[in-house]
Amino acid sequence: MSPWFEKQRHLIDFTLASLARRKGRHLGLLVVFALLVFALASAMLFAHALRHEAQQILDGAPEIVLQKLVAGRHDLIPPGTIERISGMRGVQQVHGRLWGYYYDPVVKANYTFLVPPDNSIQPGTLVIGPALARQRGLAPGTGISLRSYSGALYSFAIAAVLPQASELASADLLLVSEADFRAFFSYPADHYTDIALSVANPAEVRNIANKLAKLLPDSRPILREEIQRTYASIFDWREGIMLALLSAAILAFAILAWDKASGLSADEKREIGILKAIGWETGDIIKMKFWEGALISLIAFLVGFIAAYVHVFHFGAPLFEPVLKGWSVLYPRFVLTPVIDGLQVATLFFFTVFPFLAATLVPIWRAAVTDPDAVMRT
Amino acid sequence: MLATLDYHRSRLASGVTVARSASRPSGLGAARRPDCTVGASMIELRDVKKAFNQGQHNEYWALSGITLNLEAKRVTALRGPSGSGKTTLLTLIGCLARPTSGRVSLHGRDISGLPERFLTEIRRQTFGFVFQQFNLIRGMSALENVMLPAFPTGRAHRELVERADALLERLRLTHRRDARAEWLSGGEQQRVAIARALINDPEVLIADEPTANLDTALAKEFMAILEGFGAEGRTVILTSHDPLVVESAAVHRVIDMRDGLLVEQ
Repeated sequence: MSPWFEKQRHLIDFTLASLARRKGRHLGLLVVFALLVFALASAMLFAHALRHEAQQILDGAPEIVLQKLVAGRHDLIPPGTIERISGMRGVQQVHGRLWGYYYDPVVKANYTFLVPPDNSIQPGTLVIGPALARQRGLAPGTGISLRSYSGALYSFAIAAVLPQASELASADLLLVSEADFRAFFSYPADHYTDIALSVANPAEVRNIANKLAKLLPDSRPILREEIQRTYASIFDWREGIMLALLSAAILAFAILAWDKASGLSADEKREIGILKAIGWETGDIIKMKFWEGALISLIAFLVGFIAAYVHVFHFGAPLFEPVLKGWSVLYPRFVLTPVIDGLQVATLFFFTVFPFLAATLVPIWRAAVTDPDAVMRT
Repeated sequence: MLATLDYHRSRLASGVTVARSASRPSGLGAARRPDCTVGASMIELRDVKKAFNQGQHNEYWALSGITLNLEAKRVTALRGPSGSGKTTLLTLIGCLARPTSGRVSLHGRDISGLPERFLTEIRRQTFGFVFQQFNLIRGMSALENVMLPAFPTGRAHRELVERADALLERLRLTHRRDARAEWLSGGEQQRVAIARALINDPEVLIADEPTANLDTALAKEFMAILEGFGAEGRTVILTSHDPLVVESAAVHRVIDMRDGLLVEQ
């Protein structure tokens, strides 16, 4: 092995021995550092995974949803509207949607009634979301009676429960046939809640929305990308709120870590003096101490990040869930798809590992550039 | 003959009277450095001054103009009371510090103005240090402490262990090789410090008050080791005011100092 490699090996050996010699101090630093990374990474991973999940769900949504407005409020789509817009150039598909909210006083929760586009539900039956099934103790083959807003009681058989994988989007969902929907809500015939439009060319979406606004001035076209943006900002906002709440704790941790990292003990100063006096170069000492700080911060970063990953993707982030997910009676149970944003990881790395290394290196450099003759006088 | 001439010339130049001079047996062993003849001037100091906190209210001149030649393969002792400047002089000789003014030459090469990196290189290759407080690194074994100065040289690990083991054996410390520095007695710590000073096989061994922290028995033990170095022709420069050291037969030359100056005798 070349002398250069041997020298690096000796430096690493000495660094590891030095870490082991101050076990308590270094373990303390490692724990504090890892906790800091854990808290930040958990919030980042969770919010990013939620954003990603919302994105995935919305990818299947129609490009444009058209709503009718009366006095600025959402109103029903009257008959004839679908026919007026279905011939518009660039519009691939148009269909009227039927959906509405229902408050169930039994569990004090809101349900979303929806008629699937293919109207595949048999009259007298329901397909329900998993959270609703849990809450009301329902399973395929059982039945449920719901009192409509008009006061009439309707009984439905449960045909199926939607799969767990879709729970984030379907926790409170009831899929119902068109006939049952209209009867249950006393919904006027040929009226729809809104209109979904599919557009083949994504570049045309805005143009078509403009045309729709001109053609139907009393309506409001809502673009999918706008909804995606809204969701993203909701999760960004929640992440921000959480980071703000955590900031005091983070700051306390940061000060502790900085103090621990930047303060050289008398023993360490003495050690640096001895190494210089016996022929170690300033560069060797800085390198050795750099490796010491780098090892601690890298291990802590890895431990903190892996712990955050497990916390978010295997345990569903129990520590941050209430803040980041939002509140609901029918709380969706779901396992987030593990998604990691490289830029976020790099940012976290940059704002944790680099300041730590700087905090360790500055006092080392100061100690290492002092004259080695000091050791003769101690 | 040439060596003797050099020696006398240096004495004349420095104006230093040597208390006990080259008349003592030098205990020459096999020559370690082919270019170093006994008594040849190895280290030269010309009007060396050293100030601390220069330009500040607490400015202090530790050395006020030292001119001195130190010979190779000799044991030289710097003697003087506390504050006489002997440790400061030792740090300048050992390249641990640079003089404020004046010149320090090693084998005729002026080293007083060299940048720190080169001084470190010279220090590592040429000098081995035994500090007054021994300055071993706590938490590390005796063997690891001995190997430390050789780490920056990039020598193979096995070679270092062999060399360190040989030194510990020579200093009768094999049984303590794995003991941590803080578990060693004062005498053992000093012997480990000596082994550490020798790991890079330096031309010059520098010892600052080597017996200051030892009882009489251990001090005598150190003197025995010192005699061994003298016998094998190693250059040793030490500071001491311990009569056991400065009056020992192992010391070839004693230089008296007071108030940052050499004392004329």
